[in-house]
Amino acid sequence: MLLVDWLYVGVFLVVGLAMAALPLAVVWALAPRLAQPQKRTTYESGVVPFGQAWAQFNVRYYLFSLVFVIFDVEVIYLYPWSIVFRQYGRYAFFVMLIFVGILLLGLIHAWRKGALEWT
Amino acid sequence: MGQLAAFIILSVVTLVSAVVVVASQNIVRSALSLIPTLLGIAGVYILLQAEYVAGIQVLIYAGAITVLILFVIMLTEHGTGARFRQVNEQVLPGTIAVAVLAALLMAVFFGTAWPRAAGTLPQYTATSIGTTFLTSAILVFIVTSFVLLVALMGAIVIARRER
Amino acid sequence: MTLGLTHFLVLSTLLFCLGLFAMLTRRNAVAILMGVELMLNAANINLVAFNKYVAPGALNGQVFALVVITLAACEAGVGLALVMSAYRNLETVHVDEINVMKW
Repeated sequence: MLLVDWLYVGVFLVVGLAMAALPLAVVWALAPRLAQPQKRTTYESGVVPFGQAWAQFNVRYYLFSLVFVIFDVEVIYLYPWSIVFRQYGRYAFFVMLIFVGILLLGLIHAWRKGALEWT
Repeated sequence: MGQLAAFIILSVVTLVSAVVVVASQNIVRSALSLIPTLLGIAGVYILLQAEYVAGIQVLIYAGAITVLILFVIMLTEHGTGARFRQVNEQVLPGTIAVAVLAALLMAVFFGTAWPRAAGTLPQYTATSIGTTFLTSAILVFIVTSFVLLVALMGAIVIARRER
Repeated sequence: MTLGLTHFLVLSTLLFCLGLFAMLTRRNAVAILMGVELMLNAANINLVAFNKYVAPGALNGQVFALVVITLAACEAGVGLALVMSAYRNLETVHVDEINVMKW
């Protein structure tokens, strides 16, 4: 690989780190500091926090993240397919129709089992 | 030369955080340490000219699977799990077995005459991967969707509370 | 000294052995699954490295690595669902305490 390509990567790395670090540094340098006990509490949308931060979540969150992961994996196959779609035309279209159709069955199953409902 | 330096840095990041994953007594810390491990492996993929696999590694592994693992830790272990003993009584036999396996594999790897030079891959790997999926790996492509379907249905059935 | 296939094989060996060590010694089922993820990643490094050094031209190794990533996602989903099911029914995720089937 060319040295210039790695230079781009390095520039991106430096700029990315700077974009994350610079606001923190500016705040640290400019903001006035006043020690008050309320400022040390956890922020919970203005409500007074209760319990530990290590609280247990509901099982429902797991089902949401599971459905997310499975359909996230679909991207692995959709992206290379979309690049070569024009070369293969109708054949590629029907192959992906089968692929998405099979996964649609999974979505319907998740829906029927109530994995997508919040309450 | 620059590639070797990059490889060494990436290996150090990967292996150090992998040791934290394996050895930390705080299970949340070891799950979070999985993220630098997986990102270091993504860097190794880029060195091997597998840009698409590296992107997928960041997206799926570091982005999705780690979140899933953290969710389950929060759901099951009452937080950090630091109160529980995390290792069983197999530490010594496990260490010996792993060391023997590593020595054996290393002996094989250093004793074999591998091709010295790197070959040239197609210039746009994602395009070639798409072509492969639509031509010679078409069966893999379709069967994978079945596997995803079965995994989704099975996991929902297992994770839901029985009536 | 240039970057050769052996470098990648050594890295993946060490990673595989760390994952195996986690599998052998951890009590928490989630930590065991993390060890499995490390081992799958070591296998993936091997696949991609062999694709580059031994069998260039085609991209079968990278395609197979993508399939392994897919299966790892499925494995994590189903495995963690099993962990949660065990936690709900037996109130533990430590694999040496899950011994209802042991006589």
